[in-house]
Amino acid sequence: MSYHKMWADLGMNLEAHDQLLQVLSDGYQKQFLTQKNRPAGMQYLDFVVSEIHGLRVKELVDAQQAGRKVVGSFCVFVPEELILAVDAISVGLCTGAEVGFELAEQYLPRNTCALVKSSFGFKLAGLCPYMETSDVIVGENTCDGKKKGYEQFKDLVKNLYVMDLPQMKSVAGKELLKAEFIRFAAYLEKLTGKKITAASLKEAIRVVNAKRSAVARLARLRAASPAPISGLDSLLINQIFFNENPERFTENINKLCDELEVRIEKGDGVALKDAPRILVSGCPMAVPNWKIPAIIEQNGAVIVGEELCTGERGARWLTEIKGTTVPELIDALVERYWQIDCAVFTPNEDRLASVKKMVADYQADGVLQYSLQFCQPYTIESGLFEKQLEANGIPVLNIETDYSMEDMGQLATRIEAFIERIKQ
Amino acid sequence: MRFAGFDIGSRTLKLVILNENGMIEEKILPNKYNFELQVKDLLPPDSYDYLVGTGYGRHYFDNWENAETISEIKAFAAGVNWYHKGELTILDIGGQDTKAISLDPAGKMKKFAMNDKCAAGTGRFLEIMAGALNLELSEFGNIALTAKRAEKINNMCTVFAESEVISTLSRGALASEVALGIHNSIVERAIGLLNRVGISQSLVFVGGVAKNPALAYLFRQRLDGEVIVPENAQLMGAWGSAIIARKLWRQNNDLSG
Ligand code: SF4
Ligand code: SF4
Repeated sequence: MSYHKMWADLGMNLEAHDQLLQVLSDGYQKQFLTQKNRPAGMQYLDFVVSEIHGLRVKELVDAQQAGRKVVGSFCVFVPEELILAVDAISVGLCTGAEVGFELAEQYLPRNTCALVKSSFGFKLAGLCPYMETSDVIVGENTCDGKKKGYEQFKDLVKNLYVMDLPQMKSVAGKELLKAEFIRFAAYLEKLTGKKITAASLKEAIRVVNAKRSAVARLARLRAASPAPISGLDSLLINQIFFNENPERFTENINKLCDELEVRIEKGDGVALKDAPRILVSGCPMAVPNWKIPAIIEQNGAVIVGEELCTGERGARWLTEIKGTTVPELIDALVERYWQIDCAVFTPNEDRLASVKKMVADYQADGVLQYSLQFCQPYTIESGLFEKQLEANGIPVLNIETDYSMEDMGQLATRIEAFIERIKQ
Repeated sequence: MRFAGFDIGSRTLKLVILNENGMIEEKILPNKYNFELQVKDLLPPDSYDYLVGTGYGRHYFDNWENAETISEIKAFAAGVNWYHKGELTILDIGGQDTKAISLDPAGKMKKFAMNDKCAAGTGRFLEIMAGALNLELSEFGNIALTAKRAEKINNMCTVFAESEVISTLSRGALASEVALGIHNSIVERAIGLLNRVGISQSLVFVGGVAKNPALAYLFRQRLDGEVIVPENAQLMGAWGSAIIARKLWRQNNDLSG
């Protein structure tokens, strides 16, 4: 079926968008469908990806026609539970491709991270149906690139809401997070004309907890050797986590996990038993940014975990359903989100502990720290972590890159050498 | 038996062939950008029993028989470790990139670092700067060594550094002093990279750029430990690959190491 009319109605640039879909589908074909011994359950993801700008967007448009709202966001600090509690739909905005960068550079300096540039690029080039369907886009004050970016982004989109965030895990910081969640809840109620009730919020927490539990289950299964599923497929699951209907997602990921359990039982997997096991840690990898995992796994290693926002940093904690009133439930949400160990916080020792724990839990042989060029929070933290991890006998490779393909050769050399280092 | 190590670098192709006892052949040729033909010429059928390829073009060998590929980093580590045992640091400045590798006392790769995307501080940088000064690459280092003082070059980006050099010259600076300034800036950048892996008492300087006498001289001045420039510095990657080819062949044929 053709979605051209829908895309045109959304005001997208059809010609450029067709090209983008072609590149996406070629890239997917090459990097995902050529993998050996993939679990059958990945067919669900193949389908979701093939319809990522089609059927799923149509669902959003249909929901809007039925009176529901769509809320787009960029960051795992934006509480999906509140969005679901007003019967709105939460979508992550991907920003993982080098599109529209020349247009973006009319607003942003060249040395802005690719993620921020990509958010402008997608908007200016008219290429993201999720951005175009969003009734509101939620920005958040995290790093400077984002904060300053939003000051200009607000004039490019129909409706931008900016959430403030603390930078320190202090008492005052937590109060700020709570105040911002309360303000966001009120905003959502106004946007949708629906009240958040204890029942609707409880149900929303249940839905999101179930989704996070499913990816946590997947994460645990990857501790097995040989690895039952590739890192590339697992990353994809963690990316689709943000766009897909949560209940359908949960159901299908649990089915996939059932399949993986059978695999593990049989000793079946996607890599050799002695394949080096890598933990990937650092900046978020948004769709379709699969560059680093693809190189790692094409060179005989296997990724066993992602310490990323599109991974455990985004999904690790569940919300403990405590209390019976809306304010009590919002407190419970604050407790949950307060634990996110993003590099925009200072100090951020919890994150190092998370990395170490993941290395131990998934028996990783080494950590690849991935930083986007010009991302100060994660790049600076990677230098600090490298020393501490190496001192603990954990091999580390720091990679700084962007979305372009021109450094593929150099990256391959480094990653191959890192794998050789682990193997010796 | 013939064991081949082939290093397909961005600027040059390097081949070393060993037998059971030692080297029987070595070659260095410019990479003419259609290296497939050049490689085929150098390695006619039956010219080797086992081959290990390295360098940026290594994956060209992916489907060859009795062949495998390793990264340049592993190749350099193996090559240097063959001559110099024990804990040391390797600096390789090649045509397009710079690598620092530290080896532990057993000769195992401990840590490595590479320059980022750009060509700053690499062989290509040196070549362009020599060009800006109207000097032959082969005399560039020697001329730098005649300078009494250095003209400071601030830009590391190749493009900016080139215009900085030209404007410094037009201000009347001596070519030799500018040349020394350029060499200083390469050394500073390389030391920054070396610090990321830790500099041990011995630094082994390899790669095509190691032939430049001014750089070796400046490293000796700046570092406390010894600086070794092996005679076959440029061949080290091919040499290490050939050694690994021989080792792998022995392993595959169940002979001890
Ligand atoms: S890295 Fe920080 S700012 Fe970026 S999505 Fe994650 S939590 Fe948000
Ligand atoms: S990758 Fe770094 S610089 Fe870019 S948006 Fe995230 S925190 Fe900011």
